[in-house]
Amino acid sequence: MALYRDHAVVLRSWKLGEADRIISLHTHDHGKVRGVAKGVRRTKSKFGARLEPLSHVSIQLYRGRGDLDTITQVETVDRFTTLRDDADRFARAEAMLEAVDQVAQDREPDRALHVMLVRALRTLNERDSALVVAAFFLKLLAHEGVQPELDLCVDCGNEGPFAAFDFDDGGVRCHEHRRGRPISDGAIQLMRRILGGGLGGVLEAPVGPATGEVDMLATALLEHHLERRLRSVAVLEQNPR
Amino acid sequence: MSYSSTVQELIDSLGRLPGIGPKSAQRVAFHLLKAPPEEALRLSRAIVDAKERVSFCARCFNLSEGGDECAICRDPRREERIVCVVEDSQDIVAIERTQEFRGRYHVLQGAFSPIDGVGVEQLRVKELMTRVGEEDIEEVIVATNPNLEGEATASLLVKYLKPMGVRVTRIASGLPVGGDLEYADELTLGRALEGRQVLDAGTPADG
Ligand SMILES: [Zn+2]
Ligand SMILES: [Zn+2]
Repeated sequence: MALYRDHAVVLRSWKLGEADRIISLHTHDHGKVRGVAKGVRRTKSKFGARLEPLSHVSIQLYRGRGDLDTITQVETVDRFTTLRDDADRFARAEAMLEAVDQVAQDREPDRALHVMLVRALRTLNERDSALVVAAFFLKLLAHEGVQPELDLCVDCGNEGPFAAFDFDDGGVRCHEHRRGRPISDGAIQLMRRILGGGLGGVLEAPVGPATGEVDMLATALLEHHLERRLRSVAVLEQNPR
Repeated sequence: MSYSSTVQELIDSLGRLPGIGPKSAQRVAFHLLKAPPEEALRLSRAIVDAKERVSFCARCFNLSEGGDECAICRDPRREERIVCVVEDSQDIVAIERTQEFRGRYHVLQGAFSPIDGVGVEQLRVKELMTRVGEEDIEEVIVATNPNLEGEATASLLVKYLKPMGVRVTRIASGLPVGGDLEYADELTLGRALEGRQVLDAGTPADG
């Protein structure tokens, strides 16, 4: 059928012509889809506001012959107001959108990815926990089949203690075979908890010395996997002076 | 079929313009090739003239012709205590049409959009902070677009201007959310300027 309904998170949008926008969506059932929203820049209709990046929407699209579908109806599911009020949280949310945009394939359904993204956005919207983005990146890597090895030395299979994280081999290394970036025990524990189903507890925990380390490692790991830098993360590190 | 390199170069150049896809580029190229020579020459001359004479204002980054500073910055009748911050020069045109604003401007040359790599370093935020530090500015009105990036830009400006003790206000809602400022009609935009709200006050707010 040419007309279809779905749930989607708006990843990005671009101006098109005088008053239209191209909207890139990650949908629940149809993978990554690009659609045209007509007249949204000019009219007073709520359409434009509903289709801003970050929005989680219920949507109807018309599939024509080209690459671009036409968006015919939109209702808001989550607006994530708190994410919009604070430039820093907004940038961190966009880092997650950017990661999904990189990983997702056009029109290839990936429900788990869609659900993961919605959950992460809801979490970040509810509380400004420092590890939401890092946890999302790590879970995304696991979802992509490249979960980091955190239990055995990637060289000798030794059960630790570990001294370094090797990006090329995607895991920890013992003292004897240390190579790559130094890693603390605290960071390894945190990452194990995130990937082992203990995310709730991790997000509740106060910011500790390993928090920043895990944040940096998770970003570096994902960038290594994508073979490119994440623009949103680079922007987060900027300062006007 | 492929075009000669001359024609292809024209199509490619047009295709690099914002909002012009490959098909439009082709259409414009063929229009120009079919048009009388004067028409194409007039266009090329207009581009060359504009590039030669127009630059960005050294103070506010608005378009400026015939000087380091733009006509608004040079106008002694403009109120220097109020600065209206906009994303692009087009927005100045829209606000000037309302005839509601007698202050000066500051053009950020974009909006906060991390996913596009546009952060505080890509916008003219540092220059705005320098102006707030050096000029006699009492109020900064943030008139960025009423959309996601515009609101994020507003909160970014509050973050950096707040410690400087200047009053930061935001044009009132009533503008179509998700829309572009340049499309707002004069009346709505005028009311939005009048009804602006303090985002964070360096001095006690009085509206
Ligand atoms: Zn080893
Ligand atoms: Zn100027």
